[in-house]
Amino acid sequence: MTNHWIDYQNSDVFINIGGNTAENHPISMKWIEKARETKGAKLIVVDPRISRTAAVADLYVSIRPGTNIAYLGGLINYILNNERYHKEYVENYTNASYLVNEEFSFDEATGLFSGSEDDPVRSAKKYNTETWQYQRDEEGNPLKDPTLQDPNCVFQLMKKHYAKYTIDNVSKVTGADPEALEASYELYSSTGEPGKAGNLLYAMGITQFTHGSQNVRACAVVQLLLGNMGIAGGGVNAQRGQSNVQGSTDMAILYHIIPGYMSTPQQAAHPTLADYLEKETPASGWWVNKPKYFVSLLKAFYGDSATRANEFGYQWMPKLDGLDHSHIAGYRDMGEGKVEGMICWADNPAVSGPSAANKRNYQKNLKWLVSVDLFENETASFWEGPGMDPAEIDTEVFILPAAAGYEREGSKANSGRWIQWTWKCQDPPGEAKSDLWIVNELFKKLQALYEAEGGAVPDQITKMQWDYDGPDGEVDIVKVCKEINGYRTSDGSLVTNFVGLADDGSTVCGNWLYSGYYNNLDNPATKNRTREKEGIGSNLGWSFAWPLNRRIVYNRGSADLEGKPWNPDAPVVWWDELQQKWVGNDIPDIPGSWTLEQSTENPFIMLPEGVGRLYSHSALKDGPLPTHYEPAESLVPNLFYPNATYNPVSQRFYEDHTVETDEERARYPYIITTYRIVEHYQSGIVTRNLPWLNELMPELFIEISEELASELGISNGDTVAIESKRLFKDGNQDSIEAKACVTRRLKPLVINGEKKHFVGMPWHWGFKGMNTGAVANDLTASVGDANTTIPESKAFLCNIRRAG
Amino acid sequence: MAQLICLIDASKCIGCRACQVACKQWNQLPAETTTFEGSYENPPRFSAQTWMRVVYREHEEEGKVSFLMSKQGCMHCTDAACMQACPTGALYRTEFGTVNVDTVKCIGCNYCVAACPFHVISFDRLTNKAQKCTFCYDRLNAGLQPACANACPTGSIQFGDYRELIGNGQDRVEELQAAGKTNATMYGLNEVDGTAMLYVLADKPEKYGLPVDPQVSLQTRIWSALFKPFRVLVIIAVGFGLWVNRSHSKKIEQAKSEAK
Repeated sequence: MTNHWIDYQNSDVFINIGGNTAENHPISMKWIEKARETKGAKLIVVDPRISRTAAVADLYVSIRPGTNIAYLGGLINYILNNERYHKEYVENYTNASYLVNEEFSFDEATGLFSGSEDDPVRSAKKYNTETWQYQRDEEGNPLKDPTLQDPNCVFQLMKKHYAKYTIDNVSKVTGADPEALEASYELYSSTGEPGKAGNLLYAMGITQFTHGSQNVRACAVVQLLLGNMGIAGGGVNAQRGQSNVQGSTDMAILYHIIPGYMSTPQQAAHPTLADYLEKETPASGWWVNKPKYFVSLLKAFYGDSATRANEFGYQWMPKLDGLDHSHIAGYRDMGEGKVEGMICWADNPAVSGPSAANKRNYQKNLKWLVSVDLFENETASFWEGPGMDPAEIDTEVFILPAAAGYEREGSKANSGRWIQWTWKCQDPPGEAKSDLWIVNELFKKLQALYEAEGGAVPDQITKMQWDYDGPDGEVDIVKVCKEINGYRTSDGSLVTNFVGLADDGSTVCGNWLYSGYYNNLDNPATKNRTREKEGIGSNLGWSFAWPLNRRIVYNRGSADLEGKPWNPDAPVVWWDELQQKWVGNDIPDIPGSWTLEQSTENPFIMLPEGVGRLYSHSALKDGPLPTHYEPAESLVPNLFYPNATYNPVSQRFYEDHTVETDEERARYPYIITTYRIVEHYQSGIVTRNLPWLNELMPELFIEISEELASELGISNGDTVAIESKRLFKDGNQDSIEAKACVTRRLKPLVINGEKKHFVGMPWHWGFKGMNTGAVANDLTASVGDANTTIPESKAFLCNIRRAG
Repeated sequence: MAQLICLIDASKCIGCRACQVACKQWNQLPAETTTFEGSYENPPRFSAQTWMRVVYREHEEEGKVSFLMSKQGCMHCTDAACMQACPTGALYRTEFGTVNVDTVKCIGCNYCVAACPFHVISFDRLTNKAQKCTFCYDRLNAGLQPACANACPTGSIQFGDYRELIGNGQDRVEELQAAGKTNATMYGLNEVDGTAMLYVLADKPEKYGLPVDPQVSLQTRIWSALFKPFRVLVIIAVGFGLWVNRSHSKKIEQAKSEAK
């Protein structure tokens, strides 16, 4: 999140799009209710069905699964045409005035931007982004038109791009009621008024699409236009799905980044350290400091073995080979027999991954599999899945029982970037151990084996600095914290924060963003628990928020050009003329050495432009402006761009995997979406072992409209069979079963004059645990976002009938 | 009216059921075996193991669908039918104004179960006792709020002094009506002379599955007024009968042994 949970209390209007806050983040409703009580705040919910959040909304809009950009594009169009944007903010704090290459274009016939090329490796398109770049002067500075009139300026390009997203057209594409659309646009865009705060809360209903990243981009564009970035009660607020998933992405448990959101080095582009630092360090913006963070990270990895002479160990660091190694690709490799073993750590892809039944099949090719989890999960027990014959499977499975969160201590980073220490309250049962203990023991053994026996590239393992043992053979978490915080190699003294990091090998730092969270041993910031008595809810004395304990990022945007807060009732930071510095209720996102003018020109400090990007030539591979594409499986063509395919840049991993012909659409004539319910959690392997939760939600169910139920002769509570193209090819199952929940909360949608049905189901069930059921993800397709490959779990096609 | 009450603002309920699980956990009530029968509601009714439930009701009016959610259980009535029906005085009024079951005195006659207009008290076949929400009597004694109020994330369940909370409730009803919810109402303010579980509803009670104008039935009133005093006489009569029978048995035994 750019803001944080408690900051919700400062909002005037909430829009919960692609999210179900009441069910998946119920505690946050406390702060939404507070805003409603104290400020008369309004809650808009945009969701295909009436979820428990929509049930308490002030305004509800139903849209077809997979049409978020149509909805948001319509909102952008409404804001631009009705001049609801925050003028001063847009003119000065965004790139609205920037001029783009005159060759830039978008072809409405094909749905492609200029510069498209074939990408045979990914069976998709890619873009040469030359025509997307800014026009620049001789010194390389972008050209601008402050009047926002030049047809090549970002502002005018946006107006042109979203001109088609009229309320009428958006209604045709999304199936939303035009009055509800307009009412929601009117209400939400009222936050464009200076001093008003609009809060955009989202989750997987925005991200889990082949165009998911562009969905998020569209949210950012809306918030920039309305001046909702950097203010109290505003922000682009990703509501993360697990108590420490923020921590996991911060620590880069994703293969394409390294800790602190730097890019993983690529063998081809970055053969040397100098290559990496040169190509990855921009000329302006805060990331000019990247060399300090990267070198300090190398020192954390390789310790004393990392010296200037050997590029600080850069050659030992694993590098990308240019191929996709994300979840879908990794399993595809496994299916082709290219993967020998897998460590599946706190993960259950046999239930949570797309086309999960295929995944379980691919796992048969593994020689060994290690599962670290609290319970025996479906991934470790894949050989017990539907249609499996253990006799023909040779995989050796190791189960390492893990301690639960409250059975060990350590920090967790929440959605608001607050790194909060949590303490241990009881010992784990039986042989279960903390993840830290497990990884420490595992790596020590690996290092010892490589030292004794050698191997293909032993230095990569043996040269790593690995010293986390504590007394009594336990692992010492404080050693880990010190390394993450950062310290000086000369004397081991902790750095105060990342400002103290250097690129000459004199500092170690495991994650520059976290630097400061554990910078003293007596009272590390992560353990602070002082509630604020007055203020806007920053609670600076409660834990440590990265970066630098800043609670609202880009908070320069909370004040006008003179440094006066747009909203004097909830001021974040302001310019103190007497002291000639920024002061306020938060850590200013402004270097102390800057003048007022410098800060005004660079409110978005991390970006090379220094201003927010309404248009982005480089952030995403599939386009500089969010554009409506249908999901990979859709019943209708793209009404905006009739010959466009689904996201052209999204990789096609498998042939004949998704519904593509009209004949297949007739076979799978219903749109289906998957989601979560409050009573169960993710793949359900923990919650389906808790009797009180099983009592509440005992069985997998699918929500069907009364109209569809009547057409198909399905009564409430009947068992139904659901099919998708993945099951047709799976060979192990024809369909999966669930109980029917016939409800008024789902209604068929009229898409361009034609009635289309959609259904929805939670995906928390699997074949292990006290409460078992079918795996909903056996239906979903292994297609993913063009940039991140997050799977399109939220919109695909199915057939459904009464079972038995 | 009880002194300490819960104000349950159903308009803020998000149906998360933290309250339902907190009640189970605090009272260590076992989970029942349930099946999905077409509703989020589970278990489907109150029982000796399920003292409170979140109830979900869907409605559609003029194309607008509403999804109403509320926590329901013992209302802790002032004019308590269960107390009037109970022959042994096992159901009693606590010092907090709430209604509790003294399981030592309970003889498992089930009259309370039959009498309750809300159908929230249940019979436990294993122990032969009546069971229901205790208003967390043990927690109140420790100065804590009930487990359900403690767990509720949205502040839908507020615990405190009845004077303050009644005022809050009435303000909220006005707010809801001003926002277009013309049927918004208090529930439990006057019903059965007032209940310690007091509601703010965004719509009519029957839309939530709550009984409209709940009454203590005539049979219960008659039983309570006329026959309960007679139970003392019945006990004396039974006791006299047993005593007579015992003396008579002794005489017969004596006569038998003398005959041998």
